Amino acid sequence: MTALTDPPVTHPAPERPAARGRRRSQAGRTMRGGKLAYAVLIVAVLVSAFPFYWTIVAASRSNADMAQVPPALLPGPNLMQNFEAVMEEADIGTALLNSLIVSGSITLGTVLCCTLAGFAFAKLRFRGRGALLAVTVGTMMIPPQLGVIPLFMLIAELQWVNQLQAVILPGLVSAFGVFFMRQFLVQSLPDELIEAARVDGASSARIFWSIVVPIARPGMAALGLLTFMAAWNDFFWPIVALTSSEPTVQVALRQLGGGYVNDQSVIMAGTLLSTLPVLLVFGLLGRQIVGGITQGAVKG
Amino acid sequence: MTLTASARPNPASRPSSIRRVWRQLSPYAYIAPFFSLFAAFGLFPLIYTAYVSLYRVELQTPGDMEWRGLDNYTALLADEFFWTSLRNTFTIGVLSTVPQLVMALGLAHVLNYKLRGRTFFRTAILLPYATSVAAATLVFAQLFGRDFGLINYGLGLVGISPVDWQTGTVASQIAVSTIVIWRWTGYNALIYLAGMQSIPHELYEAAEMDGASRWRQFVHVTLPGLRPTIVFTVIVSTIGATQLFGEPLLFEGSVSGGISHQYQTLGLYMYEQGWGFFHLGRAAAIAWVMFLLILALVGANALITRRHSRKEAGR
Repeated sequence: MTALTDPPVTHPAPERPAARGRRRSQAGRTMRGGKLAYAVLIVAVLVSAFPFYWTIVAASRSNADMAQVPPALLPGPNLMQNFEAVMEEADIGTALLNSLIVSGSITLGTVLCCTLAGFAFAKLRFRGRGALLAVTVGTMMIPPQLGVIPLFMLIAELQWVNQLQAVILPGLVSAFGVFFMRQFLVQSLPDELIEAARVDGASSARIFWSIVVPIARPGMAALGLLTFMAAWNDFFWPIVALTSSEPTVQVALRQLGGGYVNDQSVIMAGTLLSTLPVLLVFGLLGRQIVGGITQGAVKG
Repeated sequence: MTLTASARPNPASRPSSIRRVWRQLSPYAYIAPFFSLFAAFGLFPLIYTAYVSLYRVELQTPGDMEWRGLDNYTALLADEFFWTSLRNTFTIGVLSTVPQLVMALGLAHVLNYKLRGRTFFRTAILLPYATSVAAATLVFAQLFGRDFGLINYGLGLVGISPVDWQTGTVASQIAVSTIVIWRWTGYNALIYLAGMQSIPHELYEAAEMDGASRWRQFVHVTLPGLRPTIVFTVIVSTIGATQLFGEPLLFEGSVSGGISHQYQTLGLYMYEQGWGFFHLGRAAAIAWVMFLLILALVGANALITRRHSRKEAGR
């Protein structure tokens, strides 16, 4: 029996430069969606969006409005008042600023580190390359949450508890990012280009900045978006490493949800404020995020 | 061809010996930033967890370590709440992962049709993914309120009496799972969609010529073509479910996961031991147990997949 061949893949491996996906989906299956398809999707969109709408309703009402039957279903007049209350009670202002600093630094640093390392793994030959890549990919699936205890001991040793770098530096480690950039560059950076630059006598750094980075830019952008959202939304490590005197928005939300504030509409106002920045990014660049996720998934 | 190979001496620019050495070392300069951070903040904590789990370490004095051997582990096995949280992790894992992936598969199938406003639909179902665990949980905690929650109100409209989503074991686990399902279904749907689009169209044409119905096409073309993608999502969701933490923590805001620990997960149990009771060594032991659990689940997954595909290939 030659039944040992891998899964029943009867088709040739699909070639997949990034641009192809979109073209195929248009020319692809001819099946047109019927009414049922639209109905299913509209329900899915409503379910996805409703909690956002509800947050706005709750954040613009008073606590008394929230505690009545039937519940209020339309936005009310108290939005600004609740924003002010939550600024005062949970210091959401500082939290937003800190989150911006933390997520921004993590995004820049991660994209840079991962592009550098991804380039080396994709196009340079050096001793130990295979082993190092294997270690990186191998740890990709291990949740960093499992390392928080030693990490906390390390941060305590360095006296970094409650300082932003305690969240930023560990946040820069992205094995997924290295793998993502490697895959991107393997496919989109032709060897000949680098060789030609070499022949012309360009230095290694020069090649990186003037050839690799321009070509890697779409991949860097996708990785940057995913990294920013993940950093903004990261929960476990920030609540361990920071306190409410130096909070990120997630730390502030944990405080809000911890029974410290009892006014539901104030809590919802905080939730709304903390979510607005990512929603903004998502609204502007949602398409690219969708692209980044599907790319990462197909490649990963 | 790689760079070292192209470093052949050429008449235009003859590299000096310093340059040649640099050329051999420079790859390491590229990976150095990542690997130094990775070693310090990624690899070291993971490995050191096993070591810490053999010591008594208190949160207030993390520098003092006292050898305890396997005591942390025996204490763990003797704690009924460990077993409760292990069971809860499993049931919430099943309750959240199975509906999530099944619905994602259905959504992906629908999204794969030719549709007007395709980009809008794709982006809209990904919205929940953009919210943080904390924000989503706080909103859902509201919606699941016993007295004034919108969900109980909606149930009341169709004649179902209010459910106590906080104290009931099954009810609270369904509520917590709902948050997970809401956040991740769209994400998984997009991943399935990407997988579906890499299945060659000819296969469907051939199936159609053989007179296969749409359902049979789905079962015999789409599902086999998606197998690697499905395995990927199952593994990722399993890992996610094993370390579930933010949802049960913020659902009511207590580290014990409900009055009788009815929805405390292993992740939350670890946090409670470490940052609620200050036993870092004990928490490390729980982390290590979680790690082994993930290894076992991923291993079991791989085993099942392999057996399954072998059976199919033998047919």
